[in-house]
Formats: sequence, structure tokens, C-alpha cells
Amino acid sequence: MSFTQVFNIFPGSPLLSGMMVLVLAVVLFYLARTPAHKAIHSLSRLLQDCFRMMADSVLHVEERFEKRNKEVMLTAGAEAAERMIDREFQRVEAVVKRDLNGFPSLHRSLTDLVTRIDEDYRESAQVPQPSPDWVQAVDSLAQLESKGDKWPTNIMAEMHKTAVSQHKRTMEEYRHSVGSRHALLDKMRPHWQRVSQTLDQVGKTVKGLHERASILDKHMSEYEDIRKKTDKATRRLASSAMTQFCISAIVLVIAIGGAMINFNLIALPMSEMVGGGSYIGNFKTSDIAALVIILVELAMGLYLLESLRITRLFPLIGQMDDKMRVRMIWVTFSILLILASVESALAFMRDRIAADMQALRQTLAQAESPEAVNSWIPTIGQMVMGFILPFALTFVAIPLESFVQSSRTVIGAVTAAALRGVAFVLRLLADVTKYAGDFLVNLYDLLPFPLLRIEHWLRERRQMADVDQPDEMMINEGV
Amino acid sequence: MKKSFGILIAVILLTIGGCADSTGRSKGIYMLLDTSGTYSNELKGAQAIINYLLGTLEPGDSFGIAKIDSASFSDKDIIAKMTFDGRPSVTNKQKRLFKQRVDSFVASVKKGSAHTDITGGILQASEYLDETGAGRKYILLFSDLEEDIKKGHVRNFPIDVSGCNVVALNVTKLRSDNLDPREYFDRVDKWRKRVEEGGGNWRLMNDLNRLDGLLHG
Repeated sequence: MSFTQVFNIFPGSPLLSGMMVLVLAVVLFYLARTPAHKAIHSLSRLLQDCFRMMADSVLHVEERFEKRNKEVMLTAGAEAAERMIDREFQRVEAVVKRDLNGFPSLHRSLTDLVTRIDEDYRESAQVPQPSPDWVQAVDSLAQLESKGDKWPTNIMAEMHKTAVSQHKRTMEEYRHSVGSRHALLDKMRPHWQRVSQTLDQVGKTVKGLHERASILDKHMSEYEDIRKKTDKATRRLASSAMTQFCISAIVLVIAIGGAMINFNLIALPMSEMVGGGSYIGNFKTSDIAALVIILVELAMGLYLLESLRITRLFPLIGQMDDKMRVRMIWVTFSILLILASVESALAFMRDRIAADMQALRQTLAQAESPEAVNSWIPTIGQMVMGFILPFALTFVAIPLESFVQSSRTVIGAVTAAALRGVAFVLRLLADVTKYAGDFLVNLYDLLPFPLLRIEHWLRERRQMADVDQPDEMMINEGV
Repeated sequence: MKKSFGILIAVILLTIGGCADSTGRSKGIYMLLDTSGTYSNELKGAQAIINYLLGTLEPGDSFGIAKIDSASFSDKDIIAKMTFDGRPSVTNKQKRLFKQRVDSFVASVKKGSAHTDITGGILQASEYLDETGAGRKYILLFSDLEEDIKKGHVRNFPIDVSGCNVVALNVTKLRSDNLDPREYFDRVDKWRKRVEEGGGNWRLMNDLNRLDGLLHG
């Protein structure tokens, strides 16, 4: 029995059959309305709760992730701040050792200079000329009454002569003493200059220390912010991590470019050493050998910078005792030097092979070989590049460290944002499910709407009857 | 430290040497040059193809050239055969030597052979390519595909060219083909069927200006 035959209630009359089926469906839908509504609501609530729970779980994970990210970022920031403060203290120590270590001798020198200046100053002090003893005698003579005698006039004249000559002698003595004082003061000038220079020097040192102190203050306040886990510190560290991530990524891309050039320099001549016709997987053995050499160079560069304590990717190397570390520096540098020399030789060989291949191609094409101009310049250029690039690639360790450290923060932030996005979508789905349930309930009511209408009408009538009945009862009671 | 570095280098070299596969990706080419009758005049074109191939082949590839004459299933018909060394500098020397041999052969051909034993040449080529162990095998037929077996020689049996790409180059039209072109198509079709029944792939390439696609497929 086919599906259409089931609904063919009145054979030969499809319209009647259809109407009958419709009526039956309306009745069935009406009768099953309440359980159907419950089922739809239950399903939508179930889905809504599921989505909400999932969203809450994701948000919870995101919260933990965010907390962990913050912890990681603050720890890294605190470590960096500690390193900066440590470095600043080292600088201050260096300044103190260099400039203030000689402060006692400087102080002694200043004291000596000041004493000498003081002595000179004392010596140069002006001593007032003693007033002549005979001035009072002149006053007494001047008070004597003149009775026409000439002797007072003569005495006065003599005294005048004596006074003039004494004045002349006194002036000469005075000029002499002033001259010697000026000479003393002139002798003091270099001492003053030396004092001034010494004080300038001290001033500069103190100013430098003051600047260092203000920088230290700034770092210390940042460190305190980090220790207090303030939002300001978190924002600053996040921004700093993002900047570091971008810059180190750019530098790493540049380094990858350098490594590719290096690879092309040595891949062809490596086939002279390991054979050009063998493969490992899908790659030529010579290509892999060239890549291995470059990777070994990078590894040596990492170890070298680690041993020099420029980077801190391998704590084990940093924790080595100084003797071992110095040995490691020499070993890694020697390996780098040997590899750079090998690369330079390979670059030379590459040039020879390329020239030979070119000559062969021209022979096979039966073409005239063009005259090579300055053929040594590219050869030397390639050799120099082959030698320099391994050392240049050594410094990849610095951006690599920044990249690794900042990527923890950046990847954490991106993951947290992604989790927030997932939580938002799940919450949206929860709401959509809820409203979809309401929509399905309304959609369900579309089919049995004639019976629902009748039910509604009957209910209204009953309500109206219930409203009218108390009025009638009240009237009856009144009567 | 130095000791451990030495061990590391040794391990790397052993790994590289141990895992290296030198034959799977190499190419093996065997070219048959028809020297019968008037076709021997076409050898200049063959020389251009050989030069192109010498420029294209890489270290580790194998290349052989043999002539098709009255009895081609013979080592005496091999003009030059080489498996190029892994080192590019040695390969270049080998290629120069190869070219020299081909040039002297082309210069030495004065008169075409009386008969044309293409089947014998193909059997010889298949045998050589199997010995090289090359990953991709090519048999290049520089011929008009008109076989003319010497009396007493038996060649009417299926040939085994499984895994080989057989490329017919410069299949010239004979005078009789001009009278009835179906003869040309029948000839080509006959060889296609023989190659495909023998497990090989058949291709026809008459335009020698499109050699780029010669070793593809």
C-alpha cells in the first residue's frame, strides 16, 4: 500500500478524500495540542539549556584562560622589569665606581685648594696705613697764638716739607703692597679655575646619577604596578607584547629571506658532496643537506647568544659556571667560523659549476659563448655572502626569543577572544532555540485554528455568562 | 661537547645516506635512431633532440642511444650509453663526451641500412632501461615506423615494454602514404597497439619545436 493510497479514503473522489484527511488532521492536531506544545517547549528548553551551559562552560574556560594569560604576562613583565632595574643598578654602580670612587681624593684636593686660596686671600688682605704720630703735634702748634714770631711759620714749613716727603714714601709703600696683593690674587686664579672644573665634574656626575635615579624610579613604579597587578600594568604589558610580536615577526621574516638566499647559495654545490640524483622522500638529498647546514648554523648561533647571556631561551646554558660558559662560547664560535668558511668555499664552487653548466648549454645549443665581464666580482660577492650570512643569521636568536615570549601573550589573547566569540555564538543559539520553540508552537496552532477559534468563542460566551449570572442573582436578591 | 657534536653529525650523515633513494626518481631514456634507407638523412633532427635531452637530464639519469638497422637486438648497435654521475661537474664532462660520440656517429653515417628492425631495437631498449632501475623510463623512436625484417629473423611476437613511455618522434610520411594516407595511420596504430599490449604508454610527437613536453607523462 503506497503513501497516497493511505489517504485515498473515498476512492474516485480525491477532493473529498483530501478534505476528510484535512478535517481528521485538524481534529488530531487539536486533540494532541497540549502534549505537542509541551514536547516542543521541552525540546526548545532542553536545547536552550544545553547551549547556555556550553556558553557558560566556554566563558568559564575563557575566564581561566584570561587569568592564566594575565599571570603569564605579569610574570614575564615582572621578570623583564627586574632585569631592567638590575641593569640600571649596574649602570649606577658603574657610575659610582667610576666617578665617586675617587671622591675622597677629590675632596682632599678641593680642601687643599680651598686652604691655599684662603691663605692667599689672607695675605692679600689690605692693611690700613698707620696715621702719622706728629698730626697731634701739628694740631697743638696750630692752636698756639702767633705774636709776630716767625718760628711757628718756619716749623710749619718744615713740617709741611716732612709731611710731603712722608706722604710720597707712604704712597710708594702703599703701591708696592697693592701690587704684591694683586700678584697674590693673580696666583689664585688657576686654583679658582681648578675648583670650578672639579665642581663642574662633580655636578655632572651628580646630574647623571640623578637622571639614573629618575629612570630607576620610573622602572620601580612600573614594577610596583605589575606587582599590584593593576589594569594599567596589564594594558601596558599587553600592548608591549603585541608590538614585540609584530616587530619580531617582521625581523624573523627578513631572517627567513636571508636563510633562503643562503640555501640557494649552497644547495647546488652540496650535490657535489652528497650527489645530485638521490632523494629523501620528495626532496633532493643535497637540498636537505644544505638545509641541515643552515639549521646547524642557526642552532650554533642560538647557543652562542645564549652563552653570551644575550638571550635566555635555554636556562641550562645560562646557569652554567663561567668557565664552562666561556668554553661553550669558543666552541660554538669555532663551529660557526668553520661552517661559514665551508659555505664560502661552497659559494665559490657554485659559481664554477654554474659557469660550467652555462658553457655546456651553449655548446649543446651550438651558440657562441659571450665574453664574461668582471667575472670575479660575482664570485667574490657570493663568497663574501656565504661567509657573512651564517654570522648574520646568528642574531636571529634575539627576535626569536622576543617572538616566543610575546607569542604566549598574543596567542593567549587571540584564544581568549575566540572563546568569547564561541560563547557569544552559543548564547545566540540558546536564544534562537528558545524563540524557535515559540515559533513552532505558533506554527502548530495554524492547522487546528478552526477548532481553536470555536474553543475561544465558547470560552468567551462562558465568561460572559459567568459575568451576567451574578448580576441576575443580585437583581433577584434585591427583589 | 665536541664528541656529542661529532656523534650528531655522524647520525645526520648516516640518516641522509641511509634514507637516500637514488633510482626511484631518476629518468632512463633510450633513443633509437632509424638509419635505414632515406631516413638516415633525418639524423640532424635527432641530433637536436639529443642536445636538448643532454641539457635537460640531471645527475643520476641514464641515457642511451642506439641505431636501428637490419638487426637491432644487439649491443653493437649502441652508439653511446651513460648513467650520469651524482656530481654535477662529472655529469657535465660525461655529457660533453656523449655529445662528441653522437656527433662522430652522425658524421660517420653515409649509407642507410638495408632492413629496419624496430622490434629488436625496442627489446634492446627495454632491457637496458630495466637494468638502469630508473623510476621513469622512456623509449624514443626516431623512425618512420616502417619495419622491414630481414629474412630469417623472427619479430612477430608480443613485446614487453611495461612501465615504459614509448614516444615516436618525427614519423615521416612515406611516398606510399601520400597515395593512401590510411597506410600511415595503420602503421602508427599498429605500433600503438603493440606498445599498449606490451604494457607501455604510447605517444606520437611529430612537431620537434615542442620538445618541452617530451619527458612529461
